[in-house]
Amino acid sequence: MIKTVKLPPQITEEKLVNLFKEMWLIRFFDEKVDEFFAKGMIHGTTHLCVGQEASASGACAVLEDRDKITSTHRGHGHCIAKGAEVNRMMAELFGRTTGYCKGKGGSMHIADVDKGNLGANGIVGGGIPLAVGAGLTSKMKEEGYVVLCFFGDGASNEGSFHEAINLASIWDLPVVFICENNQYGMSGPVKEMVNVENIADRAAAYGIPGKVVDGNDIIDVMNEVNEAVERARNGKGPSIIEAKTYRWKGHSKSDAKKYRTREEEKEWREKDPIGRLRKLLIDEGILTEEKADQLKQEAKKEVEDSVEFAKKSPEPSIDTLMEDIYA
Amino acid sequence: MREITYLEAVREAMSQEMRENKDVFILGEDIGVYGGAFGVTRGMIEEFGEERVRNTPISESAIAGTAIGAALTGMRPILELQFSDFITISMDQIVNQAAKLRYMYGGKGKVPMVLRTPAGSGTGAAAQHSQSLEAWMTHIPGLKVVQPSTAYDAKGLLKAAMDDDNPVIFYEHKLLYKTKGDVPEKQYSIPLGKADVKREGTDVTIVATAIMVHKALEAAVELEKEGISVEVVDPRTLVPLDTETIIESVKKTSRLVVVHEAVKRGGYGGEIASVIAESDAFDYLDAPIKRLGGKAVPIPYNPKLEKAAVPQVPDIIEAVKETLNKRIATHA
Repeated sequence: MIKTVKLPPQITEEKLVNLFKEMWLIRFFDEKVDEFFAKGMIHGTTHLCVGQEASASGACAVLEDRDKITSTHRGHGHCIAKGAEVNRMMAELFGRTTGYCKGKGGSMHIADVDKGNLGANGIVGGGIPLAVGAGLTSKMKEEGYVVLCFFGDGASNEGSFHEAINLASIWDLPVVFICENNQYGMSGPVKEMVNVENIADRAAAYGIPGKVVDGNDIIDVMNEVNEAVERARNGKGPSIIEAKTYRWKGHSKSDAKKYRTREEEKEWREKDPIGRLRKLLIDEGILTEEKADQLKQEAKKEVEDSVEFAKKSPEPSIDTLMEDIYA
Repeated sequence: MREITYLEAVREAMSQEMRENKDVFILGEDIGVYGGAFGVTRGMIEEFGEERVRNTPISESAIAGTAIGAALTGMRPILELQFSDFITISMDQIVNQAAKLRYMYGGKGKVPMVLRTPAGSGTGAAAQHSQSLEAWMTHIPGLKVVQPSTAYDAKGLLKAAMDDDNPVIFYEHKLLYKTKGDVPEKQYSIPLGKADVKREGTDVTIVATAIMVHKALEAAVELEKEGISVEVVDPRTLVPLDTETIIESVKKTSRLVVVHEAVKRGGYGGEIASVIAESDAFDYLDAPIKRLGGKAVPIPYNPKLEKAAVPQVPDIIEAVKETLNKRIATHA
């Protein structure tokens, strides 16, 4: 039994260990993608969530299988946390037929609708109304699922954010809005772009709870999200959880990061969410250093295997170009 | 057969479907006790209750996105967008989300929703409440675009739109709401992508949409008095477009006039003209194709100016005569 921290009841020691490995999987996946973009091995662009693993893994950890998520342009972590296979994700980034979108979506559109991942989204704030719609289905069909809606600090300035949260609040829909505040909307610092201290404070405008959590502390994320999910599942309506975090990499592949200092980056790297969970697991006697390193290596190997899988997978035939436009 | 209005036909199509299929519901601004800005949903909240006739805040982006998200997860929503001009405020959700989700996701997921919206001028509501922006929607792969001109077509096409597994933009013309026609009481479906020859003729083909179908028919009656036989083709759906019926008609008459209320520049008439120009019907043409559309101006308030901004019956008559008097020069 974990002694030093409180955990949601469904989070067992075994689950915590899995989450530790999952966070490594997210990190290695995005670091590998970063490497490939730098080498020009995959085309297009990508948005990496290195440093933000705790908000993705922590928020999804408390969900049931039937629950759904909507994700963002920085969505690889959300996909993995909602149970996506890294093989098929990597294949998608390579544009292969075995990818989640048969090579038609790429990094910004990975979705697994059947498993409840309603998709990443290339439009900032674009997925927020979709999450509300999924919440409406849950309510109207009495399906009992909750929708986790990920978005960033930048999206909280979009009209769709305000409109959709208002709608979810007046209809008491089972949606939990998770703001991953990574401090910058591309180059725009949140403190210059938002006139309230916390994005969660905006919840007051919709008469719903708004909580700030340490987005680099998976335990804190799990506890608060779990409470909001339970509230939503019990018909008490939506909440906003703001996870304060930081993206270690630039906004996208071409970012020189002129808008922030290397000192600031270093400070945030010291709050490494994976390191913090590792320490907790070792201090609690759940993992040994050796076992922790072994899990890390296993995650690394899974990502390396996914590259092999992607490389071996076929490119789509030109014949498929016009397929799947209409149902 | 029983005669009802275009507006009643739309309402009846929705109500019958909602009785049959519990996944169908309607959402929109003022569609509850108010009955919708034009009265289309009047009485529906009393029959179906506020769960299935969902009165929404004035949030076009959120309500469009909510309809899409609900459709993606198993509902079959009908979104009433109060005026078609407001599509501008929900554009991201319709263009970047609804139209593309299935393709971006590699064929997984579908968005079975109907966005019903009143379009067109003639009500004195001026520039922000009178536009005909359907050509924008036809440009987006992933959407279907429907424009019924009669009560009969409105009911049958709406049934087909509600049965379709894709996002369908369903344009209702405000001035047609009160027009009456024979409409069967039972449910029936008119397939999307099937044009209707509203009047047969031999001298010239007019392809007209929405309210212009009626103006073209009026013009045809006048022209008949002068011995000119006009065929009027109503595509009914712009996407998918029944090119075959249009091509066959032009092959028969050898002359084509296209007329719509939307601004001519960049309007859908250009697409119809191109379909003929690229088809074997081109060889049958005895005169250049003539396009009639709205003037490139915001719809003005003053009724005389408002009328002058869009094609009227005399404009259609003149265009037909012009076409009949022109010949394509043949080169030896």
